[in-house]
Amino acid sequence: MEKIGVYVCHCGTNIAGMVDVQQVAEWAAAKLQRRGVVIGRDYKFMCSSLGQELIEKDIKELGLTRVVVAACSPHLHENTFRTACKRAGLNPYLCELVSIREQVSWVHTDKDQATAKSMAVVSGGVERVIHHAPLEPMKVSIHPDTLVVGGGIAGIQAALEIADAGYKVYLVEREPSIGGHMAQFDKTFPTLDCAACILTPKMVSVGTHPNIELLTWSEVEKVDGYVGNFAVTIRKRARDVDTSLCTGCGICWEKCPKKVVDDKFEAGMGMRKAVYTPFAQAVPKYPVIDRPNCTYYIKGTCKACEKFCPTNAIKFNQEDEVITVNVGNIILATGYDTFDAKRIAQYGYGRLPNVVTSLEFERLCNAAGPTNGEILLKDGKTKPKAVGIVHCVGSRDKHYNEYCSVICCMQGLKFAHLVHERTGAEVYNFYIDMRTPFKGYEEFYQRVLEEGTHFIRGKVAEINNAPRTKEEEGKLIVQVEDTLVGVQMRIPLDMVILSVALEPRHDAKETAHRFGLSCSADGWFIEKHPKLDPVATMTEGILIAGCVQGPKDIPATVSQGAAAAARALGKIHAKEIALEPFRASVNEEQCSGCRICNGLCPFNAILFHEDRMVTEINGALCQGCGTCVAACPAGAISGTGFSNEQVLAQIEGLLLMNIGEEALA
Amino acid sequence: MNNEQFEPTIIGFTCNWCSYRAADLAGTARMKYPPNIRLIRLMCSGRLDPTFVFKALTNGADGVMITGCHPGECHYLEQNYKALRRFHLIRRTLQGLGVEPNRVKLVWASAAEGAKFTNEVKSFVEEIRALGPLNWGGAGGNGHRVETQIPEEVPA
Ligand SMILES: Cc1cc2nc3c(=O)[nH]c(=O)nc-3n(C[C@H](O)[C@H](O)[C@H](O)COP(=O)(O)OP(=O)(O)OC[C@H]3O[C@@H](n4cnc5c(N)ncnc54)[C@H](O)[C@@H]3O)c2cc1C
Ligand code: FES
Repeated sequence: MEKIGVYVCHCGTNIAGMVDVQQVAEWAAAKLQRRGVVIGRDYKFMCSSLGQELIEKDIKELGLTRVVVAACSPHLHENTFRTACKRAGLNPYLCELVSIREQVSWVHTDKDQATAKSMAVVSGGVERVIHHAPLEPMKVSIHPDTLVVGGGIAGIQAALEIADAGYKVYLVEREPSIGGHMAQFDKTFPTLDCAACILTPKMVSVGTHPNIELLTWSEVEKVDGYVGNFAVTIRKRARDVDTSLCTGCGICWEKCPKKVVDDKFEAGMGMRKAVYTPFAQAVPKYPVIDRPNCTYYIKGTCKACEKFCPTNAIKFNQEDEVITVNVGNIILATGYDTFDAKRIAQYGYGRLPNVVTSLEFERLCNAAGPTNGEILLKDGKTKPKAVGIVHCVGSRDKHYNEYCSVICCMQGLKFAHLVHERTGAEVYNFYIDMRTPFKGYEEFYQRVLEEGTHFIRGKVAEINNAPRTKEEEGKLIVQVEDTLVGVQMRIPLDMVILSVALEPRHDAKETAHRFGLSCSADGWFIEKHPKLDPVATMTEGILIAGCVQGPKDIPATVSQGAAAAARALGKIHAKEIALEPFRASVNEEQCSGCRICNGLCPFNAILFHEDRMVTEINGALCQGCGTCVAACPAGAISGTGFSNEQVLAQIEGLLLMNIGEEALA
Repeated sequence: MNNEQFEPTIIGFTCNWCSYRAADLAGTARMKYPPNIRLIRLMCSGRLDPTFVFKALTNGADGVMITGCHPGECHYLEQNYKALRRFHLIRRTLQGLGVEPNRVKLVWASAAEGAKFTNEVKSFVEEIRALGPLNWGGAGGNGHRVETQIPEEVPA
């Protein structure tokens, strides 16, 4: 018979406050003695080094062959206790961690019932652990190349860190150029350094780095494999430009007769041509032809770009190229979209010409933007005399997004400063709460306060152009309650900037699914742990960085890019990684060759030997889901870690069938 | 709680990636649900062998809640669709055995849906409470071990 030790954690008062832990431990030692339990202990913090030593000592002194720990979720500490067992010479997979915190003490309110349930849960763990088998983790090699998806500042940072360390990176960006949102900005808070000045050198490094293969105008179509060995299918969309001939001279877009409103880079504020690079410092420098807007593709004639190109680089009807690359790690840095301000009809966006979004305003005050950085009204001539900045548009509002978009307060202050500096206009910030928590941010707030900006605490009710007085005529009227003084106000302004929320990419769900990740209820990609593991995900080998994980400013984005790179580099250096050895395998003796399992595996791990009429499972491809195990009518497939015996025994244990009638008496 | 009230025992199957995490989240967020449910973690809802459900129901459980990732979100791509097919088969088999098919419930819960998990447990406990103790027509029943019913054909 096995010798089983049962350890019940108090977790301070987290468990002990709702579960009589001592009683559970004593119960296990007494009632489950017949099942092999030789010791039951409770301890304040099982995961502490003293707690772990307790287990190690018992393994050595009592000769334990199995260990059950009743504590927090296995997702937190399974590894901790497995490692403790290993240190004491017991195979780590002979340990079972059952959760009586997340699944008992934190969710129940009656101490007797919670204690009784804990006993059942321990009993289930004991029955299950009897059927555990000693296992060795599977070692897989790590391919040294890395894929980074998204060429915003997060992806750029990650790619450079890895490439500088001497490893190859594929950087996939769906737009014609890298740069992301940051490339659209004029100045960045809180230091007000020019975005282009700090971003473009990094973009150039990416473009020229010998270890970076930059794939712009491209998208990932398919991801196969697993950590260490992903095979990624990438579609390089046809640029209609031969990049080996193109010098980026710009004659093509000069000559192109077709003007198009640029609703991506210029956020609808400016124009571009049908053959274009999004901005002057684009990396790579090669343009793309925007087929739906190109006269040649619409009418069959034009080809002005082709005629004038001095190097004959324009190639109409080029075809997409689909390539497959092998990588060991993947970093997703696909960033965010901005909230569609039209959804708040009472703010008049789309209807009132001088109501603009924050992203539009970034272009309006950008020296390289459509007005050369002059802040002008829609007429293109008049400088505004009074400008309002509305915070939290689409954020902190249960109708749209409940979360705070993090950057809007600082971005509002940045705009206040820029408007003040460049136009001398009166500036009004309409805010719910001012949030300026990071380095240098509060100081920036003070600076803007001293510049004489008006701050009105209140959520704007409406923006309209219906004047009631003479001085309101021709103005935008912001209706708001100043909640600090409790008065309703109507403020006539020339321009209103809506600080729109950061939102998950419109296609975030599809992207998440393609890479096997999940999104939170808000739609941001879920990190492995919100505090302790913000750049890893539940899918080993896939990391996230930047706004794809949630709204954040550039410093935090860059930190995550670097952190994700460090994670990938660590794996690359280790050369191999140990994986959970939970795999299915076929007992050929028992296999009847019925082939029921053959169609069930999405990873193509199941192959059928026609000659011997038996099925085999490729352990390297098997991901351990267990679907085939459940389907085999002959019971010929077994799944390590989740065998029928283990699960059936756990059911018996949970239902206290193992100890008969007296159960909880 | 009222002593007269029937307290059902429920076994819940969760998958490692979504629904177990939903249960974890319910805990971390200190949401509350009745203690009648006892959970088992599988790697995927596709691992759910119908035998497990019959085993639970013949070993004293009054209801079984099967949970997994939302359709299209299974960590193993599409295995929860197979769980869905098995779920229907299990219900049909139960009906054939004279047991209320509503004793088995299927719930999709993503890792972010601690609240959904909580509410589903709450309502399932009430549904089973309303059905009363599982009665195998004298063959066994609550607290008595009977032979596990294995369906003749295990579905794909
Ligand atoms: C108006 C405004 C002003 C701001 N001002 C400041 C400021 O002054 N200071 C500051 O610190 N922060 C500021 N921020 C925040 C800042 O924009 C972000 O912190 C930062 O840009 C996030 O970078 P990212 O790389 O995560 O995302 P992004 O910049 O969104 O980059 C993501 C990239 O991924 C690409 N991509 C998306 N999907 C795919 C796909 N499926 N395949 C391939 N590529 C894809 C995109 O094309 C893009 O290039 C501001 C934000 C806004 C809205
Ligand atoms: S992993 Fe959750 S259902 Fe498959």
